[in-house]
Amino acid sequence: MAIGINTLGLYQQGSSVLHRVSAWAKLIGLVVLGAASIWLQSRWWLVLAVLGLVVVGYLVAGFPVGLMFKQLRPMIWLLVFIAVMNWWSFDWQRGIAVPGMIATLVAAAGLVTLTTPMSALIDVVVRAVGPLRRFGVDPERVGLTLMLGIRCVPVVAGLASEVREAQIARTATHSFRAFAVPLLVRALRDADAIGDALVARGFDD
Amino acid sequence: MVHIEVDHVGHRYGQGALARQVLDGVSADLTESRIGVIGHNGSGKSTFVRMLNALLIPSQGVIKVNGLDTASEAKKVRRLAGFLFTDPDTQIIMPTVAEDVAFGLRKSGLSKPEIAARVDELLERFGLSGHREHPAHLLSGGQKQLLALASVLITSPQLIIMDEPTTLLDLRNARMIGQVIGELSQTVVLATHHLHLLDDFDRVLVFDSGRLVADGTPTEAIAHYRRLMEV
Amino acid sequence: MTSQTPLPARDLALIAVFAGITAALGLIPPIYLPISPAPITAQSLGPMLAGAILGGRRGGASLVLFMAMVALGLPLLSGGRGGIGVFLSPTVGFLVGFVVCAFAIGWATYRVGAPYSIWKGLVITLLGGLVLMYIFGLTGMMIVAHLSLSQALLAQVMYLPGDLTKAVIAVLVAKGVHTAYPGLLPWHGQVAAAGSETGSLDDSPVDSAPAGDQVR
Repeated sequence: MAIGINTLGLYQQGSSVLHRVSAWAKLIGLVVLGAASIWLQSRWWLVLAVLGLVVVGYLVAGFPVGLMFKQLRPMIWLLVFIAVMNWWSFDWQRGIAVPGMIATLVAAAGLVTLTTPMSALIDVVVRAVGPLRRFGVDPERVGLTLMLGIRCVPVVAGLASEVREAQIARTATHSFRAFAVPLLVRALRDADAIGDALVARGFDD
Repeated sequence: MVHIEVDHVGHRYGQGALARQVLDGVSADLTESRIGVIGHNGSGKSTFVRMLNALLIPSQGVIKVNGLDTASEAKKVRRLAGFLFTDPDTQIIMPTVAEDVAFGLRKSGLSKPEIAARVDELLERFGLSGHREHPAHLLSGGQKQLLALASVLITSPQLIIMDEPTTLLDLRNARMIGQVIGELSQTVVLATHHLHLLDDFDRVLVFDSGRLVADGTPTEAIAHYRRLMEV
Repeated sequence: MTSQTPLPARDLALIAVFAGITAALGLIPPIYLPISPAPITAQSLGPMLAGAILGGRRGGASLVLFMAMVALGLPLLSGGRGGIGVFLSPTVGFLVGFVVCAFAIGWATYRVGAPYSIWKGLVITLLGGLVLMYIFGLTGMMIVAHLSLSQALLAQVMYLPGDLTKAVIAVLVAKGVHTAYPGLLPWHGQVAAAGSETGSLDDSPVDSAPAGDQVR
């Protein structure tokens, strides 16, 4: 699979150990961490220790620690809220452990996303759905559908800006409905055209 | 050589009060290597060329491509006939240029190096070699249409059907695509409003209100079409 | 089109394009309205619209695809978030809710059938897009963040006015789309529209072909 699509995601190129470890190993590590979180959460200092390990992970991967905080920034107020609520309902130890564990898991998952090319993750998905073959799931089709979805993001974004420009040119309104209806109708027509192209190019073969 | 038989073909969309007859009583026997299709918007020419590739099955009559009935052997017909659409953006399936060109060969049984070699050859031919790993949506309009054509040619079809492939392009790119079309060794059926593209064509069909109203050399057919415009 | 694949190519195109729609809605900057203490983001319109326009199976599938693309690392959630991490955060329940909500709204909308009714649509969208979404979202918060129901509600209540507004907008937009692009919703009252629900669902993208032709 080509490297091209990886430039669309959050992946950051590098040559560290974490970049070289297989996608499977990293994902299994994440699952193990998630499973262990129930046990880890009962000791607040253990949570902080694991969080420290994740910080080390970012440094090993060659990322600044700021990149880790960037993963957590969108949920920072929710984390503060959770800390206060857990402290208030239980004790201060849980006020640290519960939001700390969430931050650890999110930061660790972010590390996997940042160090694993998207094509490697798609390969994992395609292989992982292999056993579902007997239920009528075609793994190759799953992979192609993912690629098609990724491909549609810039198409629809381009469509949205065209519709927006037309709306400003014609009516100068900011009505969401006057934007969304033409966008969706054009998207439906584009989907028809894409469907035609898929059929013409043998997608169903 | 490709032989297309169109026998009393008609098509109707919808039911009841909303029904529209978009094609009616069209018959033709096509063996030429360059066939043009012209007509106003809504004349039925787009419907007609879609039927040649089994994208649309006629509700009346029969179409056969090299003896294959489009209604019952659609997949075989599509393997024989590639299709180039108006909007290159909607026919690019894969995220990168090379992946998109390779798409048609994914079930061909060819090895990865063999596929890569054929992809490289086509990209070279259309001057896209430098864009191999680029996201397909970042190409220019003309380059996207070249990419779409490369993606069609990769499966070596004998017939290429085109539905207004130059309509969305600027003049320079339209001329460039026209030149590329002229150089193709395959049989071409081209629906277009750019009449000058048809100068060297063997035969041109004119559609009006769902009917085939003229069928002849480019000069005759275009003259007929111009008369239609004056009415 | 008689192939046995569960989702034919034309349906896959609709699914992929609507995954793109939900992504595009995430790009719209949040707006601030006096009725809502929290900024209103457009993205949660995605599942409501995907369901109301594509139906349950395709609408749900388009949100599954969207979530898969987010998990793969595309920064498509509003605010540019993406990656596996978002599925471990306290708001994971809402992400699951996106999928369930698209499916539920779509299933009910196609069950009611054409013509699209604003009032029925509003009931469906409020039940599917609000009640169901909050059940999943709040459950997720309670599990991941160890909050009680009232605490989770407290964290969420400021989004309620915005979510109500969005349900109304989604219904009005869906009405507009079904009017401008007829042929998607199945007619249940009509005698001619024979066949099972899945039959009419599969036919719809083909029936809609002439609409695309008229514009050319």
